[in-house]
Amino acid sequence: MVVRSRTFVETYQEDIALFRTIWTKFWFALLLIVILLTPFIGDRYSIYILNISGICIIGAIGLNILIGYTGQISIGHAAFIAIGAYTTAIVGNWIPLPSLCLILLSGLIAGITGVIIGIPCLRLRGLYLAMATMSFGVIVEYILFHWIGLTNGPMGLGIPPLSIMGFQLDNHTRFYYFILALVIILALGAKNLTRMKIGRAFVAIRDRDIAASIIGVNLTYYKVLAFGVSSFYAGICGSLLAYSMTHVNPEYFNLFLSVEFIGMIIVGGLGSIAGSILGALFMTIVPESLKFFLGFIRDSFGLTGFEFTDQVRVAIYGALIILFLIFEPGGLFAIWQRIKKFFKMWPFSY
Amino acid sequence: MESALIYFLQLVVSGLSVGSIYAIIGIGYVIIYKSTKILNFAHGEIMMIGAYLCMVLISRFHFSFTAAFIVTLLFSALMGIVLERIIFRPMIGQPVFAGVMITLGLSILLRTSTGMVFGYGNEVFPSPFSEEPIVINEIVISHAHMWAILVSCGVVCMLVMFFRYSNIGISMRAAAENQINAFIIGINVKRMFSLTWLIAAVTGSLAGVLLSNVHVMNTNLSMVAIKAFPAIVLGGLDSMGGALLGGLVIGVVENLVGGYLEVYIGGIKEISVYILLFVILIIKPYGFFGTEEIEKV
Repeated sequence: MVVRSRTFVETYQEDIALFRTIWTKFWFALLLIVILLTPFIGDRYSIYILNISGICIIGAIGLNILIGYTGQISIGHAAFIAIGAYTTAIVGNWIPLPSLCLILLSGLIAGITGVIIGIPCLRLRGLYLAMATMSFGVIVEYILFHWIGLTNGPMGLGIPPLSIMGFQLDNHTRFYYFILALVIILALGAKNLTRMKIGRAFVAIRDRDIAASIIGVNLTYYKVLAFGVSSFYAGICGSLLAYSMTHVNPEYFNLFLSVEFIGMIIVGGLGSIAGSILGALFMTIVPESLKFFLGFIRDSFGLTGFEFTDQVRVAIYGALIILFLIFEPGGLFAIWQRIKKFFKMWPFSY
Repeated sequence: MESALIYFLQLVVSGLSVGSIYAIIGIGYVIIYKSTKILNFAHGEIMMIGAYLCMVLISRFHFSFTAAFIVTLLFSALMGIVLERIIFRPMIGQPVFAGVMITLGLSILLRTSTGMVFGYGNEVFPSPFSEEPIVINEIVISHAHMWAILVSCGVVCMLVMFFRYSNIGISMRAAAENQINAFIIGINVKRMFSLTWLIAAVTGSLAGVLLSNVHVMNTNLSMVAIKAFPAIVLGGLDSMGGALLGGLVIGVVENLVGGYLEVYIGGIKEISVYILLFVILIIKPYGFFGTEEIEKV
């Protein structure tokens, strides 16, 4: 009798396969079924929150490609999200394009802007890049406020309704499945991108860019590519955000939004797609549950004076970023792997 | 004098006074950057907390300005030490990204907490300076602006002297240069780091008090500190004299752009400094006096 002690891989293809064992496939299928059935359990508000977190997942994956994989710090990601959202609003109000084309176009325009910003930023690293991207973010925010002819200034713009092939996605449940499909496609795309040559080049640049260029990685090409891909994801995220809010407003796309997304990937885990997903879910669902929980406590004990405002949510974000960086720099993904390892080895310690 | 020339000189003078505030904010960044290689994005919030504390002490607790000012400086010194001890000491030796992010996280945490404690409304700082402007050759400057220029230049000069000639200053520079070697020759490196954050926080809240005399008080006050980035980049991230020069240049440029271009392009004054920052970073990232980072393979 052959006893398999563990999974041995014999080819490189097997080593980088997405689902390495039959059991992984099984768990993923189970997870997918649970996700598909969720709208039948949850109420409208929780589905809405899940939609928002799905949209955030897309943005977080994009940002993780840039920061976690390529190591280029960007604090101006809100600008690309804003460009995506405003492209949807402006073009959508101008020409009646199909929604899918509009979403894709928003991604592409944000991606092109990312390439344009990426080129002058090639010389910059670390802190200097952080400052450059931050100033870009602030500049875009001011343009949104002041170019009233294009963006309608602080009043913001309305968004045309979302419909796919004549099918109106007007309630949260329909929107949920649409976002789910997009998240799966984009997450698989990012996963594939990061396990092929491009992804390895990104990681090489992150770890040591000079060494990477010595072994033949074209720094210019890959850094700009990372900016472009990341901004493409941000643009799609922005477009979907615009659809879900049905109205875009320049106030929303400030430095906080950039920091929120960076918070997601720090909490989730830098340099992993699963980490971005975990982080985005955690950072959108935890403040909401906390809000619900605190509201429940307040109502049942008749307390007054404490309101769970948006500011409290932002403060929680700040605190989470600090705590994770100090105590768990690997993020939730590292915790998850530790738990998995523990049960794999159990009852032996190694 | 011609009115066009007076207008120009007036813009330059008020630019200098704003720029001197940028300079003293910039000094806070430079001190921390020199010793820990962290760019402290939370400096603006430290500054804002100083300004709010001083204002509340004067307006609600009826302290005199001097007493409130001294209490504020003491409090910010304490805040600098505490922040260093609990948040930034674990970050020593971590990658640049962790340092940037932890300060950004701290900045949003402090900003929202300030808002929750002191409120989000616009308030006016009870200024101790007289409202009567000083007029020199038809050029007008307020007392608050005058004080801002004098105090900033004085503090910057004092700090430069402190780091160049005093024993503690030299020890701090040694600790910043090479922690292990400094430790071997008997410098208490941990205490030097505490002291660095203390000085930075004190200059921060000093800047906050100066700024709140000429700026409306709300939680956006901390955004002014971000405008000091172009100043320190222009002067070089690790040069104190550079921060002073850069601050003055940025203040003047911002004011001139505001004075001449604002009528054509609305909001250009606000964003001119960021455009300038972007351009400086791309053309000359190490500024005029900064040490160029040479990467060893």
